[in-house]
Amino acid sequence: MSTKLPEKDSELRFLDRLARSTGRRTFLQWSGITIAVAAVGCSDNNGPTPPTGVDLGSGDPGVLNYAYALEQLEAAFYTQVVASFYAGANAGEQSILTDIKNHEVIHRDFLKAALGSAAIANLTVDFTSITFTDRASVLGAAKTFEDLGVAAYNGAGKLLLSPDYLLLAGKIVSVEARHAAAIRDLLVANSFAGSDVVNGNGLDRAFTPSEVLTLADPYITTTITANNLPTT
Amino acid sequence: MKAKTILGSLDADLAEQVSRRGALTRSGKMAGALAIASMPVAFGLMAKRAFAQSGTLPQAIIDVLNFALTLEYLEDEFYRTGLGSGVIPSAATPIFQTISTHEAAHVALLTSTITSGGGTPVPKPTFDFTAGNTFPDPFTDYPTFQALSQGFEDTGVRAYKGQAGNLMTNDAILTTALQIHSVEARHASAVRRLRGQKGWITGNQSGIASAAVQPIYNGEENTTQGVPGIDTAQFGNAASASEAFDEPLLRADVEAIVGPFIV
Repeated sequence: MSTKLPEKDSELRFLDRLARSTGRRTFLQWSGITIAVAAVGCSDNNGPTPPTGVDLGSGDPGVLNYAYALEQLEAAFYTQVVASFYAGANAGEQSILTDIKNHEVIHRDFLKAALGSAAIANLTVDFTSITFTDRASVLGAAKTFEDLGVAAYNGAGKLLLSPDYLLLAGKIVSVEARHAAAIRDLLVANSFAGSDVVNGNGLDRAFTPSEVLTLADPYITTTITANNLPTT
Repeated sequence: MKAKTILGSLDADLAEQVSRRGALTRSGKMAGALAIASMPVAFGLMAKRAFAQSGTLPQAIIDVLNFALTLEYLEDEFYRTGLGSGVIPSAATPIFQTISTHEAAHVALLTSTITSGGGTPVPKPTFDFTAGNTFPDPFTDYPTFQALSQGFEDTGVRAYKGQAGNLMTNDAILTTALQIHSVEARHASAVRRLRGQKGWITGNQSGIASAAVQPIYNGEENTTQGVPGIDTAQFGNAASASEAFDEPLLRADVEAIVGPFIV
């Protein structure tokens, strides 16, 4: 056990992390405990145990948490993919998947930073249905996640009140669409904008949070509630 | 009946969104009234409200839709001309057919939406795909055709992104624009990869030999996101951070880019 208080800077960083990861109310409850004791639990970066359920919240922060949840899912998936590529992954495929992993990690970490203390906790994912050693399984899951991400951001745009956040969502969704196109073409040539995702009017899909979370649910252990999200 | 007819003349998908939104916003407020209202009357009311929302679009939104229509005209004619010219090798023909079909659909959708909204669609410009001989042979030299295709798609992505904020007052139109936006991004990724590029944009690199296309990519190197700004390079590196976020273009910048292609 450390008997020395952390340096000022790292102490502040720690407090900030603690506040972000546990929510302001919990942090305030914790603040009566001495810093040194609290630091023991977190000094090895374990952080608090992930909760069994999270609520995305309301308003624009709720919508951003919704995006953050999806980016957590994607980042976790690709991190596992690149940690040990499926058999026969060629250099081009490894490059694409590594790039996408880097993008999703950046999306996730950016949204977490932007949300600050409003950010939901880390989600626990469930990829037991994915065979990470199998190309078709990995790319099939990647296609599902990317197409779902596109539909989610397209459907969430109208829920946002801030034009700044709408622009942010727009900056991310087109990159998700670029990913989706690349992954789809790895699976089937000329399927980058197939009729299963782009309708006869040349429109991509736009899903409600409820539709998206239902489709994402098999891959996420943490229970996500979205009852307070805006609907228009 | 009148409202229903006009709704029917709207693009089916858009009409569905418009009426769904109308139904959603009304469902809470009207719950009591609905209980005593006959169903035909209730549905008639919903259709009328939906029409009121879509039937008279503000001029500001019509302007954005006409701006988008001009870009779609450009893309539509570019691909139709390309497919008819023999410049595209047979192996790549299905890709450009897919894209061409979407651009034609976007022209039709925007035209009908503008008309339904009480506006006047801008006429199709006369295009010069050599941009005053900057690109001398777009329909005989395949690399030039591909490069222009990439440039137009990446421009389209930036153009729609830049207009989203101007459509926030109308959920249905905003969503439709976003649904076009991501399709343009799918196109861009496919064409870029066909050219041996990454599907995403690294820094402000065009991957195209001509300096004339550089304005399409300027600003894409940005890694500071959000308000207040957060440096996203800290979550990876500058190259990945620039790839992870596509950047918008102002309407004036888009017009400067496509201007040379319009006679």
